Amino acid sequence: MADFDYVRAGKYFLLFDFFKGFGLGMKYFFSPKATLNYPHEKGPLSPRFRGEHALRRYSNGEERCIACKLCEAICPAQAITIDAEPREDGSRRTTRYDIDMTKCIYCGFCQEACPVDAIVEGPNFEFSTETREELFYDKDKLLENGDRWEAEIARNLEMDAPYR
Amino acid sequence: MVEFFTTTNLGIALLILGQCLLVVLPLLVALAFLMYADRKIWAAVQMRKGPNIVGAFGLLQSFADFLKYIVKEVVVPAGADKPVYFLAPMISLVMALIAWAAIPFNDGWVISDLNVAILYIFAVSSLEVYGVIMGGWASNSKYPFLGALRSAAQMVSYEVSIGLIIIGVILSSGSMNFGDIVQAQDGEYGLFSWYWLPHLPMVVLFFISALAETNRPPFDLPEAESELVAGYQVEYSSTPFLLFMIGELVAIVLMCALMSLLFFGGWLSPVSWLPDGIWWMILKMLAVFFMISIVKALVPRYRYDQLMRIGWKVFLPLSLAWVVLVAFFAQYGAFGGAYARWAVGG
Repeated sequence: MADFDYVRAGKYFLLFDFFKGFGLGMKYFFSPKATLNYPHEKGPLSPRFRGEHALRRYSNGEERCIACKLCEAICPAQAITIDAEPREDGSRRTTRYDIDMTKCIYCGFCQEACPVDAIVEGPNFEFSTETREELFYDKDKLLENGDRWEAEIARNLEMDAPYR
Repeated sequence: MVEFFTTTNLGIALLILGQCLLVVLPLLVALAFLMYADRKIWAAVQMRKGPNIVGAFGLLQSFADFLKYIVKEVVVPAGADKPVYFLAPMISLVMALIAWAAIPFNDGWVISDLNVAILYIFAVSSLEVYGVIMGGWASNSKYPFLGALRSAAQMVSYEVSIGLIIIGVILSSGSMNFGDIVQAQDGEYGLFSWYWLPHLPMVVLFFISALAETNRPPFDLPEAESELVAGYQVEYSSTPFLLFMIGELVAIVLMCALMSLLFFGGWLSPVSWLPDGIWWMILKMLAVFFMISIVKALVPRYRYDQLMRIGWKVFLPLSLAWVVLVAFFAQYGAFGGAYARWAVGG
């Protein structure tokens, strides 16, 4: 019986581990809770957060996108489709700018590729829809997003600028 | 008026019906809040808030869940044995409820003052396993069947040790009637006269066996979400599932009542200057329920072989040895009879 572990046997029969666990459990029982009441409270977001896409405009209302199609080229999920024609005033603009949000993997490459900061991923992550079709964003929807989130997007870009 | 309720058959039947409703309705309402308390306690240990949306502090959460269960569609598997499939949750609930007939809440507050109340409750709680087995079998699907098999073996194994532990208490009090058992615990030392102190190791064993008997974590192998999805409940939805849930919870509260009656003096006051009463019984049941629900948050699920090893190789010999010890004290009163007088009351 020389190799009999009396301490371990004693702990086993006295439910040492359980009482230790009970003490720990009671400690957390009374500790402040980490829960965030989500729809009412929200966690902090980084300025680099990559959420819903938006097409931005210049301050004079002119859309930024020049239809260079770099975003379309770099998109790993091939979620972006762009058609372009010269406008009456001779500038190059998109006639069609679609993002299939069901394909998008939110990698942010489109934002990185864009030479004029036109396509960006904004801070909005609450854009769930009831139908699949609603997630096929077209140019109007993206421009509307840009108008709605411009203040937040501009602030985030500015905060992130020193690190680029 | 009094003669009507004590002499005529109809009157007696109505009286018993009223008594049953008086026990079952508060029990079911309390159950809704116990379910809520269970979730709150579980959440608190995990630093969550738990249900807090429905009603003040989420107090009405269980009622919202209840409504949801009721209005959901009942899905019956194509290969199911329909009569047995629907019988199983009913058996589970009814067996859990009828055990309460013999549980006293205060001195004389009992529907049926049986002289073999413990035996009756023990028999009924053994029948509860049929609900689980029938549910698992009638679903005609592999996970429910595996869950039912586990449950059958588990409940049978732990009933053995529960039975032996109860025998120790019966030897001490000399009665199988809960009223007499509680009266036997009434002594001059207040809460130190109760059976939890002389039967201390058995209180722990009874508590753990009660967890296993009611399929509570850490012995929830019949349900085992991570391996069997939900065991025998997999194929159940809507109201039948609700019946299973209520049945399970009623069985748990029954175990709380048993703990409180057998070891913690039922409705007796822990100190002499406070009066005895039903509030002590409720308080003790709540305390035991708190322990049962916090264990769920603390202890990981046992492996099946560990469950069987503890049941047959640890609990059975320990409780058997305890019965022998108590019987020895009862017969010979060793050590000058001091411990025997305390433990056996004679």
